[in-house]
Amino acid sequence: MNNDGVTRRKFASVAAAAAAGWVLTACGPRRLHEMPKDRLQQLIGDLERRYAEKYGTAVTVSNAPPLPDVEFAYALDISRCVGCRRCVYACVQENNQSRDPQVHWIRVLEMEKGKGVDFSESDPYYDRELVPEDGHFYVPVQCQQCRNAPCTKVCPTGATWTEKDGIVVIDYDWCIGCRYCMAACPYGARHFNWSEPSIPAGELNTNTHILGNRPRPKGVVEKCTFCIQRTRAGRYPACVEVCPVGARKFGNLLDPNSEIRYIIEHQRVLVLKEELNTMPKFFYFYGT
Amino acid sequence: MDTVRLFYQFVTGSVRLVSRGNRAYWAWIAFLLALIASGGMAYASQVSVGLSTTAMRDQVSWGFYIGNFTFLVGVAAAAVVLVIPAYIYDWKPIREIVIYGELLAISAIVMCLLFVLVDIGRPDRFWHLLPPAGRLNFPDSLLAWDVLVLNIYFVINFVVVTHILYRAFHGRHYDARIVAPLVLLSIPMAVSIHTVTAFLFNGLAARPYWNSSILAPQFLASAFASGPAILLVVLQLLRRFTRFEIQDQAIWKIAELMAYAMFLTLFLHGAEVFKEYYSDTEHLLYTRYWFQGLGEHKTLVPWAWAAVTLNTLAFVLFILPAARRNWVTLNLGCLAIYAGCYIDKGMGLIIPGLTPDTLGEIYVYFPTMTEFRVASGVFSIGFLVFTLMLKVAVPISLGEFQFERTTGTTRDVRLRAPATSWESGRPH
Repeated sequence: MNNDGVTRRKFASVAAAAAAGWVLTACGPRRLHEMPKDRLQQLIGDLERRYAEKYGTAVTVSNAPPLPDVEFAYALDISRCVGCRRCVYACVQENNQSRDPQVHWIRVLEMEKGKGVDFSESDPYYDRELVPEDGHFYVPVQCQQCRNAPCTKVCPTGATWTEKDGIVVIDYDWCIGCRYCMAACPYGARHFNWSEPSIPAGELNTNTHILGNRPRPKGVVEKCTFCIQRTRAGRYPACVEVCPVGARKFGNLLDPNSEIRYIIEHQRVLVLKEELNTMPKFFYFYGT
Repeated sequence: MDTVRLFYQFVTGSVRLVSRGNRAYWAWIAFLLALIASGGMAYASQVSVGLSTTAMRDQVSWGFYIGNFTFLVGVAAAAVVLVIPAYIYDWKPIREIVIYGELLAISAIVMCLLFVLVDIGRPDRFWHLLPPAGRLNFPDSLLAWDVLVLNIYFVINFVVVTHILYRAFHGRHYDARIVAPLVLLSIPMAVSIHTVTAFLFNGLAARPYWNSSILAPQFLASAFASGPAILLVVLQLLRRFTRFEIQDQAIWKIAELMAYAMFLTLFLHGAEVFKEYYSDTEHLLYTRYWFQGLGEHKTLVPWAWAAVTLNTLAFVLFILPAARRNWVTLNLGCLAIYAGCYIDKGMGLIIPGLTPDTLGEIYVYFPTMTEFRVASGVFSIGFLVFTLMLKVAVPISLGEFQFERTTGTTRDVRLRAPATSWESGRPH
């Protein structure tokens, strides 16, 4: 065996491996936030065509980036909430959650007044003719959009991250469905598509965002995105709009004149499971 | 070209070895293949319908698969129980059987990786974990660490075993310059695969049952008890059905080490139980769900107490020298350890860790038929890999199956004593 041959062969195989690696990284599928613009446009076009075909109606998939100088936050007035669950169903409709099997991004917990906020004594399946039930109060829970989010840290593929405007998002095309984020989330905010999600054709919300409410495939995780498709266009989240008692407040933390800043500065706000240092941007308060 | 030809001989020789055997061998292979087929069909339906064919749901988002994965990482790590005394103290009787520990480790890791694969929702995207095309979220995600250390450990064991067998096949002694550093490296690697797997759960503040610093030591202790339990049984079978000599002393020594590991397991469990019950905080909920049940939800309670009983029984049997030298009680102890640790690390770790869920809901999880079938398919693949590797390794390391080079030509392949007693079915 002569040395030249080995060197040549070695060179050839290393070069081939490098070329294959380059081709894969440059042309293969990629995570959304590191994709070149033209490929993202192409992907969006493909998605819109696919959804239109499947649901028989024109669907727009927005790619709106975070607005400058905006960081979203949420506040919920526990003393106003009556537990009507209108937010739950408005969310399902707005964000194209699967109807069968049912996926709910918002979970309303019924609690007994004598026991305070104690999850182990709460009931998410309360079924009342009329709400609120005497002696009870209600705590709706959804993604708390943590600043120190345990879910994004544990993701093995980097398929979930926090955007500049503070929204924790998921790349549905990159998630491998390992559900480590669900084990890490202290608020039960992450939901898995245990089977093919189904949305009746007529009920699809056709105004979608690529990181938000576009129809999801089976086998990936999804969660509340503060209605990214609305809020990045200057609108309120669907749950804020639908709340009949005005218990839900939303706004820009960086704007000193926003309602959310007023609440944080004038009410005594609290966050769930403060001891875990997740630093939610979802606050609770007792307004009355 | 010489190397290629030699390696080709090794491969064809190995193929010849695994394709010959007695009726019991083929019956065992057929049994495993049947279970693999059944598991394959169950998995096919799981892939086409979705993970809704399992009993896992948002509340209990990991179950039987991840439990088995965790247990088997321990089995893989346990190979070092043999490696440490064999190489550090140069204890000969164990040194000869180290290779079987490593074969077990290889099969266990194959099963581990398969259990992760069957658990994920998008197996078609598995490559997202593999750079450069994919992206491994290292060092943030403990799952990324786990992927890394498991694969390194797999490669180390595979290289060592293949090298030793390949050399033995050609009638040469293994190269200590290759084997010694790799075997030494495998000791910290074995500890790290199980530590990282414990950290995977340990690091989640959302789950108080796992978020306890005692978890990693507990994992290691129970692994060093349960891993060798399987080996002891395998070694006795090997001794019975092949000409392979394994000294009683080696088996008793391993049993003694297992007794210490079992003591540590029980002690660490006790320490954890004390802390939970005495401090009596809201975190006690999960431990209570395991040992006592919450309200009418008591599904896990019999399992919890079965595990406690089995582990204690095994400890007693292994700590008494007379009992561990008696083959009946020794094997009874092995079974008890295996079953006890399996319950503890599968059901006992995953399910109470997730129940009640983070918002206090109790969802009663019990694996579905799909999960049982897929899991037994994965176990069968592991056993098949282990069986085939043993079929090659035993005759080669006994010197019964060897490639002989006569002068000049290398085509002359001669088999000495082609049939081992294992193959002809005669008990030793």
